[in-house]
Formats: sequence, structure tokens, C-alpha cells
Amino acid sequence: MNKNVTSWSWSLLTLLILFALGTGLWIATKKIDYTWRWNRVPQYFVYLNEDAIVVPADARVEKVDVVGESANVTVLTEYDETLTYKVDADNVSVYQDETLFEGDTIGYIAEWRAGPLLVGLWTTLWLSAAASVFGLIIGLVTGLCRVSSNTTLRQLSVIYVELIRGTPLLVQIFIFYFFLGTVLDISRIVAGISALAIFAGAYVAEIIRAGIQSIPKGQMEAARSLGMNVPQAMIHIILPQAFKRTLPPLAGQFISLIKDSSLVSVIAITDLTKSGREVITSTFATFEIWFIVALLYLLLTLSLSQVIAWVERRLAVSD
Amino acid sequence: MIKTVDLKKIFTGRGTEVRAVDGVTTHIKSGEVVVVIGPSGSGKSTYLRCLNGLETLTDGHIMIDGIDLADKKTDLNKVRREVGMVFQQFNLFPHKTVLDNIILAQQVVRKRNRKEAEDKARQLLKKVGIADKESVYPGHLSGGQQQRVAIARALAMDPKIMLFDEPTSALDPEMVGEVLDVMKQLAREGMTMVVVTHEMGFAREVADRVIFMDHGKLVEEGTPEHFFTEPREERAKDFLRQVL
Repeated sequence: MNKNVTSWSWSLLTLLILFALGTGLWIATKKIDYTWRWNRVPQYFVYLNEDAIVVPADARVEKVDVVGESANVTVLTEYDETLTYKVDADNVSVYQDETLFEGDTIGYIAEWRAGPLLVGLWTTLWLSAAASVFGLIIGLVTGLCRVSSNTTLRQLSVIYVELIRGTPLLVQIFIFYFFLGTVLDISRIVAGISALAIFAGAYVAEIIRAGIQSIPKGQMEAARSLGMNVPQAMIHIILPQAFKRTLPPLAGQFISLIKDSSLVSVIAITDLTKSGREVITSTFATFEIWFIVALLYLLLTLSLSQVIAWVERRLAVSD
Repeated sequence: MIKTVDLKKIFTGRGTEVRAVDGVTTHIKSGEVVVVIGPSGSGKSTYLRCLNGLETLTDGHIMIDGIDLADKKTDLNKVRREVGMVFQQFNLFPHKTVLDNIILAQQVVRKRNRKEAEDKARQLLKKVGIADKESVYPGHLSGGQQQRVAIARALAMDPKIMLFDEPTSALDPEMVGEVLDVMKQLAREGMTMVVVTHEMGFAREVADRVIFMDHGKLVEEGTPEHFFTEPREERAKDFLRQVL
């Protein structure tokens, strides 16, 4: 009971500190005379797009037929063609027997569209997902080469890992886009995903290697003594156990990958970061947008850690 | 069944050379129970591990059912499925249930279907006396139960030979009996067994032959009566004075 009370009071202190920090920031922004325009933000997530429907030639409106939420407008053109257009019922701009000239608006079709922030979020999401999958495959293969008895495989994997870990990701992305992109004629998206996957693969390889080496030697011996060959023992015995052990560091690596994916904005891939910058150029809501962008990244990484935590719980049944 | 001819296993590392097994020649017949004893570091475990190719030979030959393990063309995996092994540390697969531990190699190596493998596994679990634990993970079993599962797992491959590497050394004393009972039953059924152990009682009671090793060499071999009552070699006498 007593312990409970102290725990609560400490939590209260935490809240107090966070509140104080927030207030401090707020006062600071007050001083620089920044006008917060949070109301401008939502339209960059979703917005209502109104498509104008126009007549292709001079015409006369024959009939306006309202069916539910939409209206069918039938017109007779100067070339004696009968054309029917469908527009929103409450957005009809013409009436019966009205004479229209070429390019006049008949009505509008309104629909909700994803704004740049949502599109950017989606791009970041699938870009990271693709890079993660390829990174995992590359890492798995490299990790296995790293523990192989073949010297060439071992040396190649060491060179790859050291090369990638020793150079900045930003430089790698530039090399992929400007050098490999030109030489092999690959698109910016492919270059971006490859750079991220190969970068992540090097780290995943080290994690996998450590995982494999952490499994007691007796496991491999038991599998071999039952007549399994090395690949069978790896697939059925070693890798499942290694995977379970390496899940937390792998999760960390993939969370890093989501964050590092923001760097592909330098080769003009419209990911979340680049979308954010584009929105800022049209709104000047610099502070708001960067906060939102950070929040969206946080949303992605937190969801991923939740998923991983769930998998970990599932795998813990044999403990 | 098993013939070893001038078997040598030499470990080299950091400039030192350890002659773990140093010229062992012996012949183990089908249905025979051979117990290998000796002080720790005498090379008895290494000798046993050589018999199913877990250690590569430095020199000499091991003939199992007429197949030479030293021959580079020999498919070791084929030999191993005929030679079961039980380890000191059990080495059960911790991510699989007891039943799956026993089924896995049957399916992967022997290509049996699931039903067939399950039937075999249940029958063996009954034999080692833990039929009620089939869906438990090894981590939840006692040492004695784990070792009995390990024996069942090895037996599921229908081996012609069973090797035991100090199967009771990692067990609490009160669990040694249950494992030894299973081994005794196997011996009675006519299984060819090579057992490295410190259980002198087991050696005396079950063994057809005792092999005494020291410093990688086969020092003395004979029936248990002979070995435990009137050993010829001085080193064997010393050892027996220590352990009995």
C-alpha cells in the first residue's frame, strides 16, 4: 500500500516536469511572436476535392435527373450528340433548357482525397516495409555466410558488413542513386529501397550471427546425431531459437530503419519527411508540420514495437 | 558391429597438442553393452563422440556395420541415423514440445508421415514412463524426465547402436535411478550400447564388458567381474580405489 502511494507521487512528479517543459516551450514561442496555425494542418491529411465537369462543345441542357445523391445531366450539343454527365446532386450548376457554351461547368463531383502528409506516411510505410523484408533476407544470408566454414563466404560477408557499417547511410544513398542508378539505370525508388535494405542487412547480419553463435553447441550436435544435415539442423533447430533470441535487437534495427528512411528524401522520394517540407513551403506552418511529422514517425515505430512485443509473447510459451 | 582400429584424435591449439584418443583398438559386437570408464580427461567422451562422427578422426579407422567413418566418401548423416546418442546435457530442443522433439527427426530424416511418427513417439514415451508429458516444453521437465525424453528421441530413429555420454552426470542424485532403469531395460532388449559413465553399479550390473581408459589409451578391458575384482593394471587399481 505504502509503496503504491510513493509510486503515484513519483508519477505526479513526472507529469509536473513534463508540464513545466511544455509551458517553458510555449512561453519561448510566445516571445518570438510565432502564430500557431494548427487549423491549417488537417487539410494536408485529407481534403475534399471538387472536380468540375465541363461541356466539350456548345450545348443545351435537355434534362436534369436527380437520382439519390447524384444527378444525371443530359445535354444536346450543337453537333446533335446527346451526352449524359453524372455530377453531385447538390452541386449542379445548370438548369433545364439552359444554353451552355463550350467549357461551361455543368456541376462538380466532390470526393475526399488523401493529402500529402498521408501519402507521404504511406510511402514511408511501404518503403520501410520493403527495405525491412529485403534487409532481413540479405542479413540472414550474410549472417549464415558469416558462420560458414567456407573462407570465401566468410571473408565476403565480413567485407560487406564492414563496408556498410563504416560509411554513412546518406553517402550510401547518394552512391546508390547517382552511381548505381546511372550505371544500372534504376529508378530512385529502387535505389532508395536498395540502399536502405543493404544498409539494414549489414546490421541484421551481425545480429543473426550473434544469435546463431549464442545457441549452445549441443543443439547442433544433437541435431546432427539424429542424422540431420547442416541445412536441416539450421532450419529446424538453430534458426528458430536464434530468431527468438534476436527478436529484440532485430526490432530495434527495423525501428531504426523506419527512421533512417527519412534520408531517402534527399533523392527526391516523396516520403513523409519530403511531404512535410513540401507542405511547409505552402503553409509556412514550420513548427506545426515538423511536430506532426515527428508524431507520425513515432506512430509508426510505436506500432512496430507493439507488434514485436506481441510476437515475443507468442514465442515465450516454451520458456 | 563397431570396430575401431588404432583410433587417434589429437586436438591442437595455441601450440599445445592434446592426444585425447591415442590409438584405441577394440571391437564391439552386436547386442553387447560396453561401459567405458576412466578418470576425467581420459578421452572416453571424445572416443564416444568419434563413434558417430561428431569429432573427425585424426588417424585410424572406425567401422560401423562395415562402413568406414574415416573414408571421405562415407555419408556421415546416413551412419548417424543408425547410431543414437544421448548427451550429458540432454540437448533437447527447447522450442519444441516433448512430442515434437521426438517427431522432428523422424519426419525430416526418416521421411515418416506425421501420424506414423506420432505413434512411434507416444509408444516410446510410454516405454520411458512419461506418456503424460507429451505436450510439455522441455524447460518444464526435471532433469531425469528430460534425459528420458532424450533417450526416446534417439530411439525413435530405430538406431542399431546407442551411445550414452555420461547420461546421469548432470542429474540430481534422486533422478539417476529412473534414467538407469530405462537404460537397463534397453540392454535387456538386446540393444548394442556404448556407455560412458561414472556409475560403477551400472557397469557392474549391466555391462558385458568394461573398457578402462586413461590419457587417451585403452588401458584395460574385460568382463565386469574381472575388472572390478582383479584388474591387472596398476592405473586401473588406483582408479578403482578412488571411486569404490
